[in-house]
Amino acid sequence: MNTTNLLKIALRALANNKLRGFLTMLGIIIGVASVITMLAIGQGSKRSIQAQISEMGSNMIMIQPGADMRGGVRQEASAMETLKLQDYEDIVNETRYVSATSPSVNSSGQAIYGANNAPTTVYGISPDYMEIRRYEVEDGDMFSDQDVQTAAKVCVIGKTVVDNLFPGGENPVGKVIRFQKLPFRVVGVLESKGYNSMGMDQDDLILAPYTTIQKKILAITHLQGITCSALKEEYTDQAIDEISEILRRNHRLRDTDEDDFTIRSMQELSTMLTSTTDIMTTLLAAVAGISLLVGGIGIMNIMYVSVTERTREIGLRMSIGAKGMDILAQFLIESILISVTGGLIGVIFGVGAALIVNVVAHFPIYIQPWSVLLSFVVCTVTGVFFGWYPAKKAAQLDPIEAIRYE
Amino acid sequence: MKEIIRLDNIKRDFHVGDETVHALRGVSFTICEGEFVTIMGTSGSGKSTLLNTLGCLDTPTSGEYYLDGVSVRTMNKRQRATLRNRKIGFVFQNYNLLPKTTAVENVELPLMYNPAYKAAQRREKAVNALIAVGLGDRLMHKSNQMSGGQMQRVAIARALVNDPAVILADEATGNLDTRTSFEILVLFQRLHAEGRTIIFVTHNPEIAQYSSRNIMLRDGHVTADTVNTNILSAAEALAHLPKNDD
Repeated sequence: MNTTNLLKIALRALANNKLRGFLTMLGIIIGVASVITMLAIGQGSKRSIQAQISEMGSNMIMIQPGADMRGGVRQEASAMETLKLQDYEDIVNETRYVSATSPSVNSSGQAIYGANNAPTTVYGISPDYMEIRRYEVEDGDMFSDQDVQTAAKVCVIGKTVVDNLFPGGENPVGKVIRFQKLPFRVVGVLESKGYNSMGMDQDDLILAPYTTIQKKILAITHLQGITCSALKEEYTDQAIDEISEILRRNHRLRDTDEDDFTIRSMQELSTMLTSTTDIMTTLLAAVAGISLLVGGIGIMNIMYVSVTERTREIGLRMSIGAKGMDILAQFLIESILISVTGGLIGVIFGVGAALIVNVVAHFPIYIQPWSVLLSFVVCTVTGVFFGWYPAKKAAQLDPIEAIRYE
Repeated sequence: MKEIIRLDNIKRDFHVGDETVHALRGVSFTICEGEFVTIMGTSGSGKSTLLNTLGCLDTPTSGEYYLDGVSVRTMNKRQRATLRNRKIGFVFQNYNLLPKTTAVENVELPLMYNPAYKAAQRREKAVNALIAVGLGDRLMHKSNQMSGGQMQRVAIARALVNDPAVILADEATGNLDTRTSFEILVLFQRLHAEGRTIIFVTHNPEIAQYSSRNIMLRDGHVTADTVNTNILSAAEALAHLPKNDD
């Protein structure tokens, strides 16, 4: 028996039952399309969260004073003065896994320029902070280490602050703004980062030398926090260990004492968020997988019914010389054609639906080539698998009984 | 005359539960090339079983069956399928055409299972067979657009298309009205005149008058085997039928 003829026989049989073929295909189309769309949405949100985290600095480590008890009362972190400049200097000098370090002190208040004013936060930092938080200066320059040493009254401002204080579209670089009555000369404007995943405006800030904020605004000598970057995201744990060792030594803590500081890393947050999106992706994939399975069962159902419905036809084919193998091959080819065609249409629909979700709902999507391949392969395999049993049954029919079947 | 079919003491038993049903109890006869044989018998006489045996759909419990010189009894399913494809043309009572399929494609079907034929040859043979049964102008009509008589003609064309050694007709006029039945009989007589071997299984005694030989079957035995010396012409009978209104 040659394959071309079998293919022709199967095609003719399908052409005679276009509606039945299409309905069978529909199950597969919906199955494949939903797997692709769901995975695209799941992967898209995962990637967008990862991108946001890496924008904030995925290797960032934040050190804050904490866990201090005074007379049995746990104190608020900002009220504690356990982090000193010495801690910062030791971290810079003694660690191997930390690439950038910046002290941090901050103060909230009203920023004023001319007739405009807006509430914002000023962060006292060192130039390393730019690298840690992945900030870029768009216009002008970052202030220098020299400015830090001299506690210069200079600052770099975010886009939101620019919009609030310079609504006329003036170039802020070189202008002098006031924050809590202290004049700051604007030396640069930050590139916009937009909102982060918690909905915080990352452009509503002023960066100034930490020395200036410490001495001239807060009048303190301790630090409110230290921010570092691990050499790489993978080294976050080693970096935390090093820092913790230095701080315990500097703070003269005994082995039995609790830490008087807390160290948090972006990695924790990133792990938490990605595991959430992983669960979502798995859930979506499971739902889509079920619809693919239902599609497969649809194929089996139709093929099974069609074997019964076409018993006479099978009997006739056998009596005029079709072998069991020919019948098996015909039914199998029919189900393969249905599932492959359905799979291809499903891929087109799935990708299309994902793009529509992206364009219309502005939902981040990412179509992974393997998800397309996987769902296509799964649907073909399902089609063949579920087509096999009815085909086998058809091939085993007795032609004498089949031809007289009513 | 060349022997096409030889049955040698064919027996066929069926086991239904504990009982054994003897459908054929020793049937022997020979059919030569060019004969038009009717096999008659009442319901339960074993004629269906005999037809299945002749058609290589079933194998006898004992006895030998030679089709065109080949012993069928020892063949397996695959070999019998190929044998049917090359040597036998079936015509059924209920036509058994593929639904929603054109006449040509229906007639081509046996050749689809024969790899020796190329598409063009297949089409040519099918068209010729349809012309031979008088449906040259209905090639592309679908089976559901045709009358009973036309469908049976398509079925006969399908039986002819592989140049079989024998045409097996099973109550081929059973579903047709009198006039159409005669038209089909005319066609069978013409095929007979062209030298084809035809076996026509029926329970209608009238049809025996138009064949060259009649075999009577009863309770699994051949009770009579008579050569018809006075073959009536189906064409004449058709001419004497009262005209239809249309």
